[in-house]
Amino acid sequence: MTPLLKVENVSKYYGNRLGCRDVSFELYPGEVLGIVGESGSGKSTLLNCLAGHLEPDTGEVVFDTRANGPKDTVTMSEPERRMLSRTDWAFVHQNPRDGLRMSVSAGGNVGERLMAVGARHYGNIRSTAIDWLDKVEINEDRTDDRPSEFSGGMQQRLQIARNLVTGPRLIFMDEPTGGLDVSVQARLLDLLRGLVRELGLSAIVVTHDLAVVRLLADRLMVMKDGHVIETGLTDQVLDDPQHGYTQLLVSSVLQV
Amino acid sequence: MNTEYNFAYLDEQTKRMIRRALLKGVAIPGYQVPFASREMPMPYGWGTGGVQVTAACLVPDDILKVIDQGADDTTNAVSIRKFFEKTGGVKVTEETAKATVIQTRHRIPEAALTEGQILVYQVPIPEPLRFLEPSEVETRKMHALEEYGLMHVKLYEDIARHGHIATSYAYPVKIEGRYVMDPSPIPKFDNPKMEMAALQLFGAGREQRIYALPPYTQVVSLDFEDYPFEKGGAQQACGLCAAEDAYLDEVIMDDAGTRMFVCSDTDYCRVRREAGHIGEMGVPLAEDAA
Amino acid sequence: MINIKNVSKNFTLHNQNSVEIPVMENANLTVKPGECVGLTGASGAGKSTLMRMVYGNYLTQAGRIMVGDLDIVTALPRQILELRRETLGYVSQFLRVVPRVPTLDVVSEPMLAVGVSRDAAHERARELLTKLRIPERLWQLSPLTFSGGEQQRVNIARGFAHEYPAMLLDEPTASLDVANRETVLSLIEDAKARGAAIIGIFHDEAARARVCDREIDVSTYTPKVV
Repeated sequence: MTPLLKVENVSKYYGNRLGCRDVSFELYPGEVLGIVGESGSGKSTLLNCLAGHLEPDTGEVVFDTRANGPKDTVTMSEPERRMLSRTDWAFVHQNPRDGLRMSVSAGGNVGERLMAVGARHYGNIRSTAIDWLDKVEINEDRTDDRPSEFSGGMQQRLQIARNLVTGPRLIFMDEPTGGLDVSVQARLLDLLRGLVRELGLSAIVVTHDLAVVRLLADRLMVMKDGHVIETGLTDQVLDDPQHGYTQLLVSSVLQV
Repeated sequence: MNTEYNFAYLDEQTKRMIRRALLKGVAIPGYQVPFASREMPMPYGWGTGGVQVTAACLVPDDILKVIDQGADDTTNAVSIRKFFEKTGGVKVTEETAKATVIQTRHRIPEAALTEGQILVYQVPIPEPLRFLEPSEVETRKMHALEEYGLMHVKLYEDIARHGHIATSYAYPVKIEGRYVMDPSPIPKFDNPKMEMAALQLFGAGREQRIYALPPYTQVVSLDFEDYPFEKGGAQQACGLCAAEDAYLDEVIMDDAGTRMFVCSDTDYCRVRREAGHIGEMGVPLAEDAA
Repeated sequence: MINIKNVSKNFTLHNQNSVEIPVMENANLTVKPGECVGLTGASGAGKSTLMRMVYGNYLTQAGRIMVGDLDIVTALPRQILELRRETLGYVSQFLRVVPRVPTLDVVSEPMLAVGVSRDAAHERARELLTKLRIPERLWQLSPLTFSGGEQQRVNIARGFAHEYPAMLLDEPTASLDVANRETVLSLIEDAKARGAAIIGIFHDEAARARVCDREIDVSTYTPKVV
């Protein structure tokens, strides 16, 4: 089986400051990889390097493209990379404002990616958008409302619908449940789990919430000071952590 | 002509700079060429971009016509005409057919333009993607990579909200299947006229952009398969000249709200009335003058 | 089906002066299809630890743990994930689920994961929940709101939903009443009858005697404290 994403020795520096260093891993179709670490550990830098938002200083990010098989997204042309990020990739931002057009209706937000890849039939675009709004539990009668009129949880679900409408194969998530009420978090987690299973999506989830990765991620990568210090099955890393920092991290979680 | 000014106000170096931008614009139809817009002796929003383009195009033999919303007799049109009479000594006219250079704000003349004529548009905001994507860096990249999905989002929003494409002016067009362009705030009624024999030049003074359409360039108004572009237009004939194919202005006649619709293109209306066409509320031309 | 050979495990506590605690030494165990082996030994002897090592939940420092054709000790995470999905079931003492997900869906999930249709999965889930006496009015509620005994039974229903060829059962009959205990034991017997290899921990001696073919005292593998 070809990995969907093969990351090799990715490093990123901000001047002299280290973002992340020598990160390598493989992600297979249908897998959800969690990346945990505290603020400044380099997990967001890594995610942005993988998703093409930042250019790594060294390393390869090889994606198994539909048309041409494995290709290094770092060295591919910008139009090609941007095309990927509109079609096969999705990026769910922590703050829905970063991932939505707040002045465009919910339907328009979902429809944008369709129009970006050439859809020109209003009726079809709209029915697909409504279909996806339904999948993320947003009622059809909210289709023409702007996201600024939505609650935080609804905005996040809208962002997910907007991202998934073109049937991506890899979804990047940056703290997808951060900033949401716990009750809303639970619903979102269940939604994401269902979508990942039903659509066979692969996902990379960056978070500092260990409870979130336990429920969402198959595998876990722990980062500290720009380095990956531990990887493994999520439950194994959380229940039998090998690295001192991971042990500290796991033992610091408050029990409810 | 006042000889204390260089011909047509701008110095020759500036004109050369603008001409280079114009040539580049002609070579890449619909592409926005940055240029070093000068301070002009009029405020932004009064046609500083158009005036600079006109100044760079004018030669002493030219005959200039200036219209504002189709009319030759509004303050803006009169002022710009006088400006070039004073600084360039060029001949001016109100007759579309006689003019070699026509500067316009918000309209295209009704009468078809011919080869050899130049139509100069005043443009307030040249970037059609601006209202959806505020970042200039991003919009330039979108043009470069032909990422125009966002333009359709605007039209989608129109249909979702109003049931039809409600954008009625500055209606976005695609040039020769490549660049999406803002046609300046002309009514969409004028969009089909843009595939014309004359050279069309666009100047945005405040935004420092020039773009152009060479004669007979393909100009397609964006739309959806199930909501095709419609140019729209008046439901009735001009009250003065009875024209049924012209873009009309609504005029309120009295405090009771009596209205009449007249051609926005004043020269077109005059020519028709001279030829003997009389609208419902019109009178023969001779009596009107008396 | 399950073959544990010369397996050792220790914990290193980096934040407590890197003290090393050996917990398992040279453990050996083989379970054939249709066989149920009970783990015994005092509390803290390492029964749950061994079980977690087999499930891949704990890392193993030395030895070999074969489940089917896969050596858990050296397997890649995704191989273990596939094994857990298809082959190896685990009923732990704790129910760990996404909050607010209805019980019916919780029980159906392992079946959906192996590609069973939603209708068929729900059908089987209903059957198991009925058998385990979870009142139908609770099926649309999240099990996290249930009592301890009810949660335990939902956990068992989920564990037996897909017919795994190998199963790990950690105290499946604890805190159950007589009738439900009987149901769980018959589920285990059914699993054995269809050829499942089972490792179980039962404090309930009568239950152990009824379903276990053999017993292994894990304390023989407990390293002597130095």
